[in-house]
Amino acid sequence: MTRKQRRLTMIGGALVVLGIAVALVLNALRDSIVFFSTPQMVAEKHIPAGKRFRLGGLVEPGSLKRGDHMMVTFKIADGSNALSVAYKGILPDLFREGQGVVAEGSLDGAGVFKADTVLAKHDETYMPKDVADALKKQGHWKDDYEKAGKKPDTGAKPMQGASR
Amino acid sequence: MIAEAGHYALVLALALALIQSTVPMIGARLRDPVLMNVARSTALAQLLFVGLSFGALVLLHVLSDFSVANVYENSHSLKPLIYKITGVWGNHEGSMLLWVSILALFGGLVAMFGNNLPLSLRANALGVQGWVSTAFYLFILLTSNPFLRLANPPLEGRDLNPVLQDPGLAVHPPMLYLGYVGFSISFSFAIAALIEGRIDAAWARWVRPWTLMAWMFLTLGIAMGSYWAYYELGWGGWWFWDPVENASLMPWLAGTALLHSAVVMEKRNALKVWTVLLAILTFSLSLLGTFLVRSGVLTSVHAFATDPTRGVFILLILCVFIGGSLSLYAWRASSLKQGGLFAPISREGALVLNNLLLTTACATVFIGTLYPLGLEVLTGERISVGAPFFNLTFAPLFLPLLLALPFGPLLAWKRGDLIGAAQRLYAAGIVALVSVAVLWAWVRGGSAFAPLAIGLALFVILGALTDIAERSMLFRMPLSISLRRARGLPRASWGTMFAHVGVGVALIGIVCETTWNTELISTLKPGDVAKVAGYELKLDNISQRQGPNFGEMLAHFTVSEDGKVIGTMTPSKRSFTTRAMSTTEAALMSRGVSQLYISLGDTAASGAIAVRIYHKPMVLLIWFGPVLMAFGGLLSLSDRRLRVGAPKPAKAARGLQPAE
Repeated sequence: MTRKQRRLTMIGGALVVLGIAVALVLNALRDSIVFFSTPQMVAEKHIPAGKRFRLGGLVEPGSLKRGDHMMVTFKIADGSNALSVAYKGILPDLFREGQGVVAEGSLDGAGVFKADTVLAKHDETYMPKDVADALKKQGHWKDDYEKAGKKPDTGAKPMQGASR
Repeated sequence: MIAEAGHYALVLALALALIQSTVPMIGARLRDPVLMNVARSTALAQLLFVGLSFGALVLLHVLSDFSVANVYENSHSLKPLIYKITGVWGNHEGSMLLWVSILALFGGLVAMFGNNLPLSLRANALGVQGWVSTAFYLFILLTSNPFLRLANPPLEGRDLNPVLQDPGLAVHPPMLYLGYVGFSISFSFAIAALIEGRIDAAWARWVRPWTLMAWMFLTLGIAMGSYWAYYELGWGGWWFWDPVENASLMPWLAGTALLHSAVVMEKRNALKVWTVLLAILTFSLSLLGTFLVRSGVLTSVHAFATDPTRGVFILLILCVFIGGSLSLYAWRASSLKQGGLFAPISREGALVLNNLLLTTACATVFIGTLYPLGLEVLTGERISVGAPFFNLTFAPLFLPLLLALPFGPLLAWKRGDLIGAAQRLYAAGIVALVSVAVLWAWVRGGSAFAPLAIGLALFVILGALTDIAERSMLFRMPLSISLRRARGLPRASWGTMFAHVGVGVALIGIVCETTWNTELISTLKPGDVAKVAGYELKLDNISQRQGPNFGEMLAHFTVSEDGKVIGTMTPSKRSFTTRAMSTTEAALMSRGVSQLYISLGDTAASGAIAVRIYHKPMVLLIWFGPVLMAFGGLLSLSDRRLRVGAPKPAKAARGLQPAE
């Protein structure tokens, strides 16, 4: 086999593998990514029931109710809209009312967000970046969050999750 | 005083790095041995000063000097001594100082053990090392100075983030950095080779042990981080495809490819241009990892810093080094001479396939990690790319890699015999297929995926053993002769075997844990019994305890199997007053390589407590596999031919030594 033939074989093999990889990536990007929304975006966009997405905002104070068999319901709010969330399982250690939170799941027929994963931020003075950015865009950004967000010590494991 | 001394030592280290990055390279140009030898002394002096600086920071943390901002923000006088020390790298500034210290350590090692290197190669490589050091010293001094004083020193510190107060985290960052930064050596040598426009097998023999060492530490560091997440975060997950985890996985994948292509280059003097490119890419991915973790560009489970000026600075470093090295590569790679020929079916061919699949898998991880960032910058839309994406892309690329893995070592160099290799793998293949059938029958009705994956893992393990058996003529010679032959095999062969077996072992753990893991979430009152996977767990009572800097609630469980008590487990919840944070300390009980896992949730008003109980079959194999891989690396490293400093490029030395 000459050098040229060898090189052609190698390039051909590489192209085949790369082609397969590109196909896999495109396919996976179509099916498996999850979008992020705030309650306001949900209200505007009309997301179909059953489509998975991430919902972020602040846990509305006074909305947390614990039911039987570790069912919990609470509301996620972003200042203009609020959406009811139902979750079964153990909430993360730092889940608090009034704190930033990101839930992953889908809407049911009645418009309640059925979450199977809840992520809360560890530090008291910080909220998840998704939430902070979304609130900032809507103009509900408070200066003290801004300052708090710049503290260098927001901790190494900012997000903590619970998942069923 | 200590803080100022530490700061001053760091500035001196920067000055030395500046000298190291210029003088020796000018010397190499002018072929002046005196100037070239400056590299050695500056590298050693730089190590001394950065070591002093790091020591100063450790001392400040140990003495709890809260007049230093870094100590105030991350320490507490009541914190146990061990966490006072490990807290040094549990924060942004300290971990960057650790990063440069390790960089200087590697530079110092090259200076110390590089006496038999061609003088100009050493000068150039250490010069490149000097550039990297300079960039990161500037980064620390300008944006993340750990020695800043506070005008009004407080009496007490703010304590280290409680999830970091853990022995796992004491070891994880240094290991990871030894890996990340260790790849800087192969990078420096690659750049030096491009500058000189000359590269040979001796170069590969020099670079391989360093790559191997970095790869070993990175393997252990990743495994350690994964185990830490498993027991500390309290939900039993060991890999989240989190961007920060991917940041360490990418250099590992590229580094694994580099390790294999360096073998081809050393043995057959082929794939030179490719090896150099891989060396550049691997360290670039390490830099990218540093950028992702350090800049706060990602919100993820481990991102530390949130200050954008730092992000921009690291991005600049990233662009200069990656852009610069790739341009140099594009300009100079054609000057490197082509190496030996080989047929597609040969050991070289198998290693090329290995490289192709590893780098492609690495590219899919790269896309999955950076695509959300790119999309957000371009469209403002936020998405999260998680496990489903990687299961659909990374896994299909790894399957052929694992399937081909046992064939590689059995093929001959230059021109291999695929049918012969397949014949030698008959036994391994048959055992694997039989076990697939048996497992499938056993789990009846379950998905065929798990038995097939376990069969593949067994094929990898048995294939690796077949290679050693073949070489020692097991079953074809009397046993005593076989044993003697086995002892006489080079340690690198044994290293290959252990590393490949480790891959299979880890795969078995991963498949078993994800397929047959049992989870029970429930609320228990004292006296209640929970049943999981044939074990009975009785909650005896709940007690309180006061730790050094936290209060703790412990739940005492008695575990029994078939009515016989086999032990107790005490998961707990710690609340740290200084940061008003609580952490969940899971309780683990190992049964063979499987584990029972309990973590606690909230306590209800009625006194019942929410608990999460898992039975995780074979879970320990997930981390035992990487340990085997690293052990294989260590064996290979101890091989005489590879020992750091041992290579004697008699033939090449004549050509490369400067005229004296």
